[in-house]
Amino acid sequence: MSIRSSFWPLFGVFMIAAIAAPLTISSVFWMDFLTLTLFLAVLGQGWNILGGYGGQFSFGHAVFFGTGAYLQVILQAKLGFNPWAAIPFAIFGGIVIGAFTGFLSFRYGLRGSYFALITLAFAEAFRVLATSAEAITDGGQGIYITLNQDPSRALATLQFGAGNGYYFCAVVMTVMSLLVAYWIENSRFGAQLIAIREDEDAAEAIGVNAFKVKMQAICLSGAITAFGGVFYAQKFLLMDPNIAYGPVKSVEMLVMPIIGGMGTIFGPLVGSFFLHSLGEVSKEAAHALVGDRPGLDLIVYGIALVLILALLPNGLVGLMRKLLRREASRA
Amino acid sequence: MTDKTKFQLDRRQLVAGTAAVAATTALGMPHIARAADAIKIGLIHPVTGFLQFSGSQCRFGAQLAIDEINKNGGIKSMGGAMLEAVLGDAQSKAEIGAQEVTKMQEAGVAAIVGAYSSGISTATTQEAAKHGIPHVVDVGVSDKIVSRGLTNTFRFGPGFGVIAKQGVKSLIELNKAAGNPVKTVAIVHENSTPFGTGIAKLMTNGLKDAGFEIIETLGHPSPNRDFSNIVLKLKAANADLVIPSNYYNEYVLLARTMQRQRVSPKAIYSVLGGAASQYKFLKEFPEAAQYIMDCNHWFNPKNPKALEVRQATRDGGKFFNYEVFLAYTAMMFVADAMERAGSADRAKITEALASSTWDGHIMPYGPTKIENGQNTGARPLNTQIIGKEIEVIAPAEYATAKAAFPRPA
Amino acid sequence: MYDPSIIAASIINGLMTGSVYSLVALGLTLIYGVLHIINFAHGSLLMLCMYGVWFLYAQAGIDPYLALPLVAAGAYCLGYGLQRSVIGKTSHGRDEIILLVTLGVSIIIENIALFVFTANERVVQVPYDIDGIDLGITFLVIPQIAAFVASLAITAALWLFIARTDIGKAIRAVAKERQGARLVGVNVEHIFAVSFGIGTACLGAAACLLAPTFPISPQIGYIFVLIAFTVVVLGGMGSFVGALIGGLIIGVTESLGGLFFGESLGKLGISLIFILILLFRPTGLFGQRT
Repeated sequence: MSIRSSFWPLFGVFMIAAIAAPLTISSVFWMDFLTLTLFLAVLGQGWNILGGYGGQFSFGHAVFFGTGAYLQVILQAKLGFNPWAAIPFAIFGGIVIGAFTGFLSFRYGLRGSYFALITLAFAEAFRVLATSAEAITDGGQGIYITLNQDPSRALATLQFGAGNGYYFCAVVMTVMSLLVAYWIENSRFGAQLIAIREDEDAAEAIGVNAFKVKMQAICLSGAITAFGGVFYAQKFLLMDPNIAYGPVKSVEMLVMPIIGGMGTIFGPLVGSFFLHSLGEVSKEAAHALVGDRPGLDLIVYGIALVLILALLPNGLVGLMRKLLRREASRA
Repeated sequence: MTDKTKFQLDRRQLVAGTAAVAATTALGMPHIARAADAIKIGLIHPVTGFLQFSGSQCRFGAQLAIDEINKNGGIKSMGGAMLEAVLGDAQSKAEIGAQEVTKMQEAGVAAIVGAYSSGISTATTQEAAKHGIPHVVDVGVSDKIVSRGLTNTFRFGPGFGVIAKQGVKSLIELNKAAGNPVKTVAIVHENSTPFGTGIAKLMTNGLKDAGFEIIETLGHPSPNRDFSNIVLKLKAANADLVIPSNYYNEYVLLARTMQRQRVSPKAIYSVLGGAASQYKFLKEFPEAAQYIMDCNHWFNPKNPKALEVRQATRDGGKFFNYEVFLAYTAMMFVADAMERAGSADRAKITEALASSTWDGHIMPYGPTKIENGQNTGARPLNTQIIGKEIEVIAPAEYATAKAAFPRPA
Repeated sequence: MYDPSIIAASIINGLMTGSVYSLVALGLTLIYGVLHIINFAHGSLLMLCMYGVWFLYAQAGIDPYLALPLVAAGAYCLGYGLQRSVIGKTSHGRDEIILLVTLGVSIIIENIALFVFTANERVVQVPYDIDGIDLGITFLVIPQIAAFVASLAITAALWLFIARTDIGKAIRAVAKERQGARLVGVNVEHIFAVSFGIGTACLGAAACLLAPTFPISPQIGYIFVLIAFTVVVLGGMGSFVGALIGGLIIGVTESLGGLFFGESLGKLGISLIFILILLFRPTGLFGQRT
């Protein structure tokens, strides 16, 4: 099955499941679980564009998430923006930061581990700046969007309270991110990006402008990740330097696509579902065994990461493809 | 403290393995009869993370109140219905606290008490508002909490506006009585949650108006593990008075670093000092703690019931500090409202809270009156650590000792 | 502007802390120099060692300084085992993959600590941490002085070890020319594990030196990773002298940064140095060109 022909059926399955979920699930907890899983899949897709397709592993991807989220919150809380009006600025912020960090890193030829480390440093630098720039970000206290309690203004304030509004937003965002990944796999830009991932010097030798393509990739990645930040801001109505630029989001964003399958369209989605289900099961197990103790779910994430890297470098999607191929060749 | 995990099983059964389910339902069996009558109260506190000490103290205080109510026959206007705590851990993070509220909603709580810190409480009250759950903030002093127009949010204790005013007023009186030895002030405050920065600003304005000179304002993050630079700057500033406002661990570290570096101002006058009126601090570092003053939450030392609760706390192996009696009082406040509402309906409880004039509490407050969720009768007291005791030195009607100001050499 | 005595005091504080940073970075640079892997788990391993020190102190009353040989030995075994059984086996090919594997290991370690010990801060409160030497401009407490002296001593001892002993020679051989060393009969896998072990033992020692002044929680791993990487990148990957000088520079930068720019903004210096070095001089001050 070629890539083109396998995408649309899978996409169809996803859409059916996505529409069926709110109709069949009545538990607020599980709808919330799905919403968060989709949201994180979007962030993972953002990472995937630069890391999976581009081969540039970023350890500080939160720098894009945090910028998008902060802009979304600050424009509303401090300048009275309408949330819809703030979104383009937030996304643009992601692009600008992408361009800034990308320019510095790629211009000075940072690759591989050095690139990973400098993204880490950028995220940490932004975290410190966000903590110190109290006039803009309210510093370490965090900055809040006023809660809208009027259901008739839900769409206007982009706040959906306790209903399924956020779920639908998450579905829309996931669809958009899947389509972007599909476009990458079927475009010339994507082909060039993958060529750079495989062997940057060889790609340059055949005429690919590696710097330009990588810049485009990091900006696109930044835009999508910042868009994820917008969702977070509207759902949780609060942002602080640790949520925005801390290591938690950075790690989550890279673990999902790696486990799901780097450089694949559905990798981040599969990874997110797998990890979060696993995480939820471990949380229950922990709760039953020792009560109120965080950490077991993240241990599982770490183990999954190491195992996948060691045994299944193409992630779960890669595994599924292998199994399908084996089925097909047996038939 | 009984762990009420069984009440969260309804949705968790979907996920937990059958072994876990069997084990926990077996545990749950004998309680099913009581479960039908019990009113669930959500308790969300940072019981892990850098606020772990204070969060755990708050949880203890709230549970002390619940146990006392249940022992005395539960909510009588509802036929003796018992109270059940549903425990949540905010992990010292605002966003996790908000997630715990969702869990409380699933568990069907009638009300929430929490979440110690201003930052976490801002997030939890907001989330609770989405579901219409009445939420009493036990400690969180930021005035932003009660000025967002959220009708579900209540606070029985004072906010930092009131506390700063009392802090300035008492300082002026103390200073005058001692012949005005203090002219210059250095403020040290935490800036990772709304509490520290907020109170520092209020104190700065209040003190400037009163003619004091603020020569240094030093912010630091929470948690913070090294105060060498701050203490160096305090040494350089050589202010007459140092005013710290921060959480427990940082306060202790600051005080000990000052002791180590021989930085000895005429007085350390804390306003919401994290350890300044804490028995734990006094016990562990009696030298560093001597003569430290605080303007903070305190119980009414002349109220016999307060002394009873203090004894019960000590019997439970805990220190009787502000987290305990504020959470205890917040829980009692909710229970009184439920008594008057005669129902576990959230809207009715909210209404009863808003119209409360409850006076059966152990705090040194004026008459209870709720405006925008805030009890306008609430106020702090001034304390000082003298010898082995934490004495109340102001206002006069509650004083148990005379202030030693400035510090003896 | 601050009085020169205040600035001098801050610099001295920075040197004290910086010496421990040097020790931490030493382990990292050794691991890089020999195995050519950037060990992301370095910070969480330090955190784990610190928990070990706390455990010994809280449960058995063993003073952290007396526990140093024990903790260092334990850390060596941990590092040896980790390299032999996990990292060595799972990292093939690109060094970003190795970096990711060590990231995975650090996530596992950090959250095991979180799960077992909870996020509450643990403190090793030694009774003599108020005593020390009065220098006039500042008061240096015993833990600070001990940390400074011990770090330098251990660095010197390690340098002698690598320079003079047979194993040291083997380590240098493997670092310089892996295949060649194999050809002359050096057990390269064993040397890898030994190097990783020594690097972790440095962490064990550093843990004992830090414990009396640094509260312990699962999150400190991340903080130390950043510092360790900055020092190693500043000093030059694989350079002992670089780790030593780099550590002191970073310690002083952190201290002066906090003095002049406040506790929050002062921390920016470290990230900035890291970024600038990576961009403009990735081989660091003393590093060899790879």
